Amino acid sequence: MVLFFENRELVTPGDLLAKGDYLAGENVFRINDEIYATRIGLVEYSNKKVSVVALKSFYVPSVNDLVIGKVVEVGTRGWMVEINSPFLALLRASDAFTKPFNPKNDELTSILDVGDVIIAKIIAYDRTRDPLLTIREHGLGKVKSGQIVVITPTKIPRVIGRKGSMISMIKNETGCNITIGQNGVILVRGKNPVMEGIVVRAIKMIEKEAHTTGLTDRVTDMIRREKMELKRNGKI
Amino acid sequence: MEKSEKPLITEDGLRTDGRGPRDLRPVKIEVGVVKNADGSAYIEQGKNKILAAVYGPSEVHPRHFALQDRALLRCKYHMAPFSVQDRKSPAPSRREIELSKVIREALEPSLFLEYYPRTSIDIFIEVLQADGGTRCASITAASIALADAGIPMRDMVVACAAGKVDGHIVLDLNDIEDKNGEADMPLAMMPNKGLITLLQMDGLVTQEEFKQMLELAMEGCNLIYQIQKKALKSTFIKTVEEV
Amino acid sequence: MRFSKFITNLERKQMLNLLSTGKRIDGRDLYSYREIKIETNVIERAEGSARVYLGDTDVLAGVKIDVGEPFPDVPNEGVLTVNTELVPFASPAFEPGPPDENAIELARVVDRGIRESKAIDLAKLCIIPGKKVFVVYIDIYVLNHGGNLIDASALAALAALLNTKMYNYELVGEELKILAGYQPLPIKNYPIAVTFGKVSDYIILDPSLDEEQIMDARLTITIDKDKRICAIQKGIGGYFTLQQVRDIAKIASEKSEELRKLVLSECK
Repeated sequence: MVLFFENRELVTPGDLLAKGDYLAGENVFRINDEIYATRIGLVEYSNKKVSVVALKSFYVPSVNDLVIGKVVEVGTRGWMVEINSPFLALLRASDAFTKPFNPKNDELTSILDVGDVIIAKIIAYDRTRDPLLTIREHGLGKVKSGQIVVITPTKIPRVIGRKGSMISMIKNETGCNITIGQNGVILVRGKNPVMEGIVVRAIKMIEKEAHTTGLTDRVTDMIRREKMELKRNGKI
Repeated sequence: MEKSEKPLITEDGLRTDGRGPRDLRPVKIEVGVVKNADGSAYIEQGKNKILAAVYGPSEVHPRHFALQDRALLRCKYHMAPFSVQDRKSPAPSRREIELSKVIREALEPSLFLEYYPRTSIDIFIEVLQADGGTRCASITAASIALADAGIPMRDMVVACAAGKVDGHIVLDLNDIEDKNGEADMPLAMMPNKGLITLLQMDGLVTQEEFKQMLELAMEGCNLIYQIQKKALKSTFIKTVEEV
Repeated sequence: MRFSKFITNLERKQMLNLLSTGKRIDGRDLYSYREIKIETNVIERAEGSARVYLGDTDVLAGVKIDVGEPFPDVPNEGVLTVNTELVPFASPAFEPGPPDENAIELARVVDRGIRESKAIDLAKLCIIPGKKVFVVYIDIYVLNHGGNLIDASALAALAALLNTKMYNYELVGEELKILAGYQPLPIKNYPIAVTFGKVSDYIILDPSLDEEQIMDARLTITIDKDKRICAIQKGIGGYFTLQQVRDIAKIASEKSEELRKLVLSECK
């Protein structure tokens, strides 16, 4: 059983990470007893599993994931929604109407139109079809206000922080409501757009510096500095 | 086209650009230069200046081209009209069509296309300035662009040419050497396992010379792979340094 | 197509099992060519022509000679140009229209073999240096796709060149005056393309259409009459190890001799 790198060392696609009886985690692939990296990132050796925390990747849908997307097409049977993924998602008309849906009479665009942002859940997805969405549950549906920020999905855990430390700090400091889509799309809703702006910048900073240490403190400082600046200029 | 009046290799074994027979041209790589693309890379190798950009995986347009069990890989190699000595018409030439094909086939084995059925991965290569060995430099850049796009890969793909010029086996031919030499052999491989994904040759060589060219080209590939790795890691390292 | 050539999983398994015993579904061993038949002079209107049957693959090559301008960088040489048509009826996979990347690759690989081996003595095709030269057009028509179009096309092109008849002429001022009788094209080398496929870890020579559907890489080596390599083309994705490339180059050299003898005996 051999490990070829130090834990949290930067690796590139094709690097041989480990040899032996290990489990293949994220962003690696195994041939016989050898495990190779498939993306650039930091290798993580934990117990018997070898993974790579990727620098950059894209969202692949998973059933029950909460996602935030935008409607790009209105068809006869439903809406096509972009969810920051290689695959376009489908929201069926029958999902949005409480009574049976009649395409002749009922106007889809009265419920959701091209350009609308929705919070949805993935209810079905496999290799043979595009992912299927629902907005029936509580908390799901059309978004009426707020700002969207898109980050690479691998950085979502960092935005949440250990035991939610990072996201709680941001919520406390800014009073904004933050909805995190598993697809890397984050919705920020606050009392005013200026505060929302600070949160968006904080999230972008986290994405850029995700692999560094002391990030939570630096983000806290950045938010507080910006709040001071705004107070001074009478914006808040 | 300039026919070379001077010998391609002088008595002290130096080539037209001052290199020794086994020397690579200087290589410079930048990652993430095309902001709209999902991944991109710019390479300079000698006087070659080439941009590679990747879009995908994303929905296939037109939809009926989609493959049910894997991603569709498409590649377009194109030379800018001002990239060569005599202006080249912007319309795709037969050479560009062949190169688009062999470059795609060189990169394909490195990708897990079966992970993304019904999508397409599109690679665009623009040669801004050409000086021999453009298909190799293009492959090296395109592989970085694919990694920059976050597309999972079995291995990087790196490419380098070897050839025969004035009777000598040489590495990384420039344009004059390619046009006036006895043979030019571009080779691409997945470096961690030494698997050859592109191999072409035109010229006239013995079996023994061919063997030497193979080994030399693979050596050149390994050297360029180190530069590729460094470029890939550089964006990350820069962030850590800034902080 | 009522029952297409699409390979089933059953056939795929059978082919792999056979390969492990060194045999292929048509009974050949790994490094054997299918039956080859060459007919020459099949199109009287063309200056030269040949038809090659390689297993089920059927390729017709025609040579036309015209007079034209030389390329500016080689003003004292004749011009060679190779074109390929994958005729739509030759395979359900062929679509009508201008040559696609497969047709273009095929033409360029055949061209490379002939050009790099200097099979045609282009210097002898100069009429008035810098102004008038002979242009040799080789047009390859694939009439039935049964696998390994490259070897069949290269063979057809060479055979057509070998029986090409140019008219005798004399230069009167700047004009060409056609005389009686014919002369052969000045041919001084006989390049032979030898193509291999890789199926899993097995290397097979001259893949048939069925085998092309399951192979994951292809390597063509073109060998001249002095056993030198004049062109190489790796095709269709996949990869080869260094050892496989070396082995293939060696076998290609031996096999090219068989084919060269065949073509020369048909065309003399």
